[in-house]
Amino acid sequence: MTIKTIINLRRTSQILFFIIFFWLILKTNFEVNFSPADTSEIILPYPVSIALEFSPLVALATLLANGTVYKGLLWALVVLIPTIFMGRFFCGWVCPLGTLNHWISEIRSERLKRRGKGKIESNRYKKYQRIKYYIFIFFIAAALTGTLQVGLLDPLSFMARSLGTVVLPTIHTGANETLAWLKSFGITPLSDAAQFVYDLIAPLLLTFRQAHFHTILTIGLFFLAVLVMNRIFTRFWCRGICPLGAMLGIFSRFAIFGLEKDESKCNKCKLCLLHCQGADNPDVGSRWRQSECVLCLNCQAACPNESLKFKFFPNQKVTRTNPAGTQKIDITKRKVLLSAAGGVALFPLIRSGDAFEVNANPRLIRPPGSVAEDEFLSRCIRCGQCMRVCPNNALHPTLFEAGLEGMWSPVMIPKIGYCEPTCTLCTQVCPTGAITELTLKEKVGDETTPPNRVGTAFIDQGRCLPWAMARPCIVCEEWCPTSPKTIYLKEETATDSDGNEVTVKRPYIDPEKCTGCGACEFACPVVDKPAVYVTSVGESRSPDNQILLQRDGTKGIR
Amino acid sequence: MERRDFLKKTGRAVALAVVTGGTGLLFHNRETAGYIPPIVKSGSFEVPPDPALPGITLATNEDHIKALHAVLDAIGGIKRFISPGERVTIKPNVGWDRSPQQAADTNPILVSETVRLCLAAGASEVIVTDITCNDPRRCFLRSGIRQAAENAGAKVILPVDEDYVRVDLKGEILTVWPVLKYFINTDKLINMPIVKQHSLSSCTIGMKNLYGILGGRRNQLHQSIDQSIVDLATFCRPTLTIVDATRVLFRNGPQGGSLDDVKIRNSVICSTDLVAADTLGAGFLDLTPERVRHIMLAEKQGLGKTDYKAIGFKEIV
Repeated sequence: MTIKTIINLRRTSQILFFIIFFWLILKTNFEVNFSPADTSEIILPYPVSIALEFSPLVALATLLANGTVYKGLLWALVVLIPTIFMGRFFCGWVCPLGTLNHWISEIRSERLKRRGKGKIESNRYKKYQRIKYYIFIFFIAAALTGTLQVGLLDPLSFMARSLGTVVLPTIHTGANETLAWLKSFGITPLSDAAQFVYDLIAPLLLTFRQAHFHTILTIGLFFLAVLVMNRIFTRFWCRGICPLGAMLGIFSRFAIFGLEKDESKCNKCKLCLLHCQGADNPDVGSRWRQSECVLCLNCQAACPNESLKFKFFPNQKVTRTNPAGTQKIDITKRKVLLSAAGGVALFPLIRSGDAFEVNANPRLIRPPGSVAEDEFLSRCIRCGQCMRVCPNNALHPTLFEAGLEGMWSPVMIPKIGYCEPTCTLCTQVCPTGAITELTLKEKVGDETTPPNRVGTAFIDQGRCLPWAMARPCIVCEEWCPTSPKTIYLKEETATDSDGNEVTVKRPYIDPEKCTGCGACEFACPVVDKPAVYVTSVGESRSPDNQILLQRDGTKGIR
Repeated sequence: MERRDFLKKTGRAVALAVVTGGTGLLFHNRETAGYIPPIVKSGSFEVPPDPALPGITLATNEDHIKALHAVLDAIGGIKRFISPGERVTIKPNVGWDRSPQQAADTNPILVSETVRLCLAAGASEVIVTDITCNDPRRCFLRSGIRQAAENAGAKVILPVDEDYVRVDLKGEILTVWPVLKYFINTDKLINMPIVKQHSLSSCTIGMKNLYGILGGRRNQLHQSIDQSIVDLATFCRPTLTIVDATRVLFRNGPQGGSLDDVKIRNSVICSTDLVAADTLGAGFLDLTPERVRHIMLAEKQGLGKTDYKAIGFKEIV
């Protein structure tokens, strides 16, 4: 196999894995034409979160935070073990964010610094590339103490979150607006053509209903910033930021596969540096860095004299003009200790604040099946899969609702969408067990099993029509899905503005029956600030966030 | 400066100034938004009455298909209502994400058999659709209606935003509302409600089922529920109403959720008179028409008769 063939293989692999990743995000969706055999319990046809389970960073961090490698996260070994022998092949051949960064970096720039000699210089190993190791150590130390923050920067979570909650919804809005605009001219052939194209892309890219997510600008701007940085430094994210890249770099310490430089054939043309992706100094005359190399093999392909060659057990000759290639990572002990100390200190720092428990946001309604907040924050990687799959658009990324610690973790906003009582899709897609998988029975409950509760509804008597405005309504009671209904009615006499006595049915809530699904809040006609609303109290996952002394025939709810 | 040079340079600036000022003046408007007139369209799909035939029929049979055949045959057969080449829209109640046993949505067996009969009568196309309360994907899936109707040859439509048209309903309460286009752009409309208890309107049967043709802020309609139901029944005149009383949701309506809320009755009602159909249907909930305000109001406005025996009633046992 020639090196050109291998380069084409690498490109094919990048495209293929990118498409697979993208396809899995698209399939994290309740599709219209999906007809399962058993309609009583709807199970997604594909393991849509499997791509996320291949992240060794997530596997390691959740292991440290929780003491176990959860379910599918064992797949991470499929990436990690070959890395030990081969180096960071994942970054150069598989990672969808790496691929995206690669593509954007390689679009020709008009800036001189990004061409010729300027680019050769920028592709040399730089000290900023150490930052990713410190980030990795910081996150790992934080995970060890119990707060999982790796999801913010894990490339797979980052991609899933950005695609699922920002890119795809934006495409949806864009497509709808474009279609409406083209149709607004009233020219039949134009409208038909626009509709035809729309109908062609809709089943591929668009969900049944347009999703509207909370705080997508923060996620979107972060995503955009990462992509734009590629125009300044080639694969800036992969070289300087990515904690997964750092972890794989560390694990390639004993790699038996690497670059062999033949000094005698080199004419110092520097073409290898011009095309280098990892900034790992492939040129003769400087120290090659295994931990930075993403195995794109561009250097070998670019070399006109065959002086560079990737092989097993490379002979890394040391001469005066060609210093020893390093397998050690270029980090200082002091900064490693500092990063670790920072990570360890993060936990008491954030937990001494009030956002966790003591002054928790009452509107922090977590998805059904979520584990207690303490454990939730040690598991959730903010991949956004639960938000993407929710058919009602009920789940959203938080901004500050869960404190800065829980930024972009899921919260239910019932005004936008409520939790469909018989739906368990979000519990099926969570890759880390922040949301435990629920069966239909565990979700809705039966004679022996209590239902899963996410909160409790309350009536705002100052805004409710029958309570404050002497008018009939009770849409909340109609929508209440429990049987018997949580919202019960009492006929009472109210006085209207003319002084007449009118009989209205006023809603009351039985906290023992309420599951906090939020259907009442969603359906309330007082749309801007619903007169019935859900707060997290009564949620199954917490033994303390409770109202009632007794529930479901037991003390507490455990 | 040469005169030519002066003219050229000043001319360019003047031209841009004219274009800029002209654009401003051209688009100047004191109104904030233009008025879009609603569509005026009839919602009536009735067939001429036949005094020789009963106006309402009721059959009870454990075999629900036989019950449906019996009520239809007694009222004149499906061919009295559907002519070859016509487009038929069927409106079952698919309001909630519930299974058929829970009796919150119309029995899928009745829907599929009605589809089959319409196609056999020569209908060019049969559309089954409804504007659901819960997510339409789940409602159509779990109610079994999507699969049943598609297997029978119907086109099942899950409404999306683009499917609505603004229609002037000319009612007392209901004026201009978004209506799902399939319920007005059709030749015949078959209303297929299920009998359920409802806390505000006492019951939801044939007339209340028509709420499902409306989009928009439906949750405001409760503030004047009886008049809005009657307004809707005045605008929308289905060809035929087939009431599913095979399973009756007698409490905890309109969604139920427990089999304890359901009574098995194995009955089907068929009528060309919505008020009569609702009166007879309400009987399954032990309600007399006097206790259901929208039925009384509808009769008062001349939409039909609560005395269903007066329009010719036939019961098949």
